[in-house]
Amino acid sequence: MMNPEDAVYMDNNATTRVAPEVLEAMMPYLRDYYGNPSSMHRFGGQVGAAVTEARSKVANLLGAEPEEIVFTSCGTESDSTAIFSALQSFPDKRHVVTTRVEHPAVKNLCENLDTLTGHKHRLTRLMVAADGTLDLQKYEEALADDTAIVSVMWANNETGVIFPIAEMARIARERDILFHTDAVQAVGKVPINLKDLDVDFLSLSGHKLHGPKGIGVLYVRRGTPFVPFLVGGHQEKGRRGGTENVASIVGLGCACDLAAAHMAEENSRVKALRDKLEQGLLASIPHSMLNGHKTDRLPNTANISFEYVEGEAILLHMDQYNICASSGSACTSGSLEPSHVLRAMGVPFTAAHGSIRYSLSIYNTEAEIDFVLEKMPPIIAGLRQMSPFWKADM
Amino acid sequence: MWEYTNKVQQHFLHPKNVGEIESPDGIGEVGSLACGDALKLTFKLDDKGVIADAKFKTFGCASAIASSSVLTEMIIGMNLDEAAKVTNEDIADRLGGLPKEKMHCSVMGREALESAIANYRGLKLPMAEGEVVCECFGVTDLEIIRAIKESNLRSVEEITNFTKAGGGCGKCIDRLREILVATVHQGIDLPNLTEKPKRMTTLQKIKKIEEALEREIRPGLRKDGGDIELVDVDGDFVMVSLRGSCTSCAKSQTTLKEYVEKKLRELVLDSLIVEESK
Repeated sequence: MMNPEDAVYMDNNATTRVAPEVLEAMMPYLRDYYGNPSSMHRFGGQVGAAVTEARSKVANLLGAEPEEIVFTSCGTESDSTAIFSALQSFPDKRHVVTTRVEHPAVKNLCENLDTLTGHKHRLTRLMVAADGTLDLQKYEEALADDTAIVSVMWANNETGVIFPIAEMARIARERDILFHTDAVQAVGKVPINLKDLDVDFLSLSGHKLHGPKGIGVLYVRRGTPFVPFLVGGHQEKGRRGGTENVASIVGLGCACDLAAAHMAEENSRVKALRDKLEQGLLASIPHSMLNGHKTDRLPNTANISFEYVEGEAILLHMDQYNICASSGSACTSGSLEPSHVLRAMGVPFTAAHGSIRYSLSIYNTEAEIDFVLEKMPPIIAGLRQMSPFWKADM
Repeated sequence: MWEYTNKVQQHFLHPKNVGEIESPDGIGEVGSLACGDALKLTFKLDDKGVIADAKFKTFGCASAIASSSVLTEMIIGMNLDEAAKVTNEDIADRLGGLPKEKMHCSVMGREALESAIANYRGLKLPMAEGEVVCECFGVTDLEIIRAIKESNLRSVEEITNFTKAGGGCGKCIDRLREILVATVHQGIDLPNLTEKPKRMTTLQKIKKIEEALEREIRPGLRKDGGDIELVDVDGDFVMVSLRGSCTSCAKSQTTLKEYVEKKLRELVLDSLIVEESK
């Protein structure tokens, strides 16, 4: 096993370290306070109070009302719940608008709606430009009278590119179309105030913001027609059956408080570290390029392609130095084609296969950035020397 | 995270024989940047016709680099007839095995070697002559047929793992299934199948198929005085035996393909191929 202290962890868009405060908040509910929040006795009731408190904390971070927060098991469940709910609420509307660069949680759901629901659907997948941004004109044109729901991610997990959710939700609202955003990567990294937005559904996931794995949230705007995905008990006001994952809910509440407290640091110190890493790599390694819009981007994410070398090989060399990151290369996913996000942006194959995503958090230090900046150039040079496409005079 | 053997890691982190031989006797190039892996193999013979030196340049993942490195190690000291007999399985074995999704890396090594030998002998590569089946990765039917035969492949998924065919847009999947069926039946001596991991284990498949037969298929057949028994499941091949009035029914083949196979694909796995056991 690799020692956690040795990890130079720059894969925070995959998952994050559970904040020590979060773990501490959770422990009593794993160890001592095991009561069921639905019980009549005080032993369960006090646990119910902890869930209520956590719900308020989540609502606070999002600028929502506590009743608008539904706890789920993960981001994927939240996405599925929102999209299926809209389709069931409007059985005569069979058109869905999404983008080409969604996370598989939304992408694979939308692409298989016919099989999953037994009804025919039309799906519009909006193209992105070379920098990963959307064309709002095309978006407006895509909306139709039979559009049941729009599902567009707030920020892209691979490139960090941020979509204009406020504007897009407003346009959908004008047409009376439900708007869902998968904000799994955005929550905790950029300010969100749902009171000012026309968003009807928003998904988030605990483990992307230093909370535990196995807990998610679906925000459901008050008054939005809703059909539950998990049917069972009366939990979550009948919107999601199943006994509450109390410890993780409490942990998520704590993580949301921390995220609010760290938001400024995320957008200043973490962003400065990201910029230093990004600029350093682009300057020291020839034939490297940034994937995604330079500024409309999460403060923690840098996706860089190193041409003529392959991502998995790069990652495994980085792994020798305990540096943890991800790649959009085909070989890392088990599929044979590189990332659908990079291909949608038209990143050339020479670069898509050699893309590395560095995603930072408040736990990263300047020393770690310096370490990565020192180790990357020889790794890339070594692999390029081995590559039949690399010419010494390039 | 892939589970690579120590041998793969060793050859990946410390590859042997990296580079390009100047004025080589044989040179083989396979793959492309678009495909995500490529290998350029060069060798030099001594005056006895033995491979005195071999070097490689590889663009690709850890298993592609390791396969190339171990290949050069294997062929140095061989004469060309010996080298021509090296198969992708030999390469994978020397590495202590490769994850199934990475078998195509060993296939690439073998193809580069073949191409280099053909280049030395002034021959055309027979594999390239075939009809391109998978346009995404430029894989020909001849390459697919050989992989099916040599590595004993029994499902489309395995074909993709070994040759990459079908791993892109997926349009050629039906054609791959046809080739699989045709090849398996042509090869008369079906050797004992080594168990290969699949998405569903054979036991799981058998259980699901039995359930589907009982619940969905038998009632319909029994109405017409027929019946069906599951005889064997081998990869994606489902062997069944028709009973009762089905045996003498002129439409039994249509029943098998249009009804039984369709139902099983729908209920169990959409790659299944139903055949009558005779």
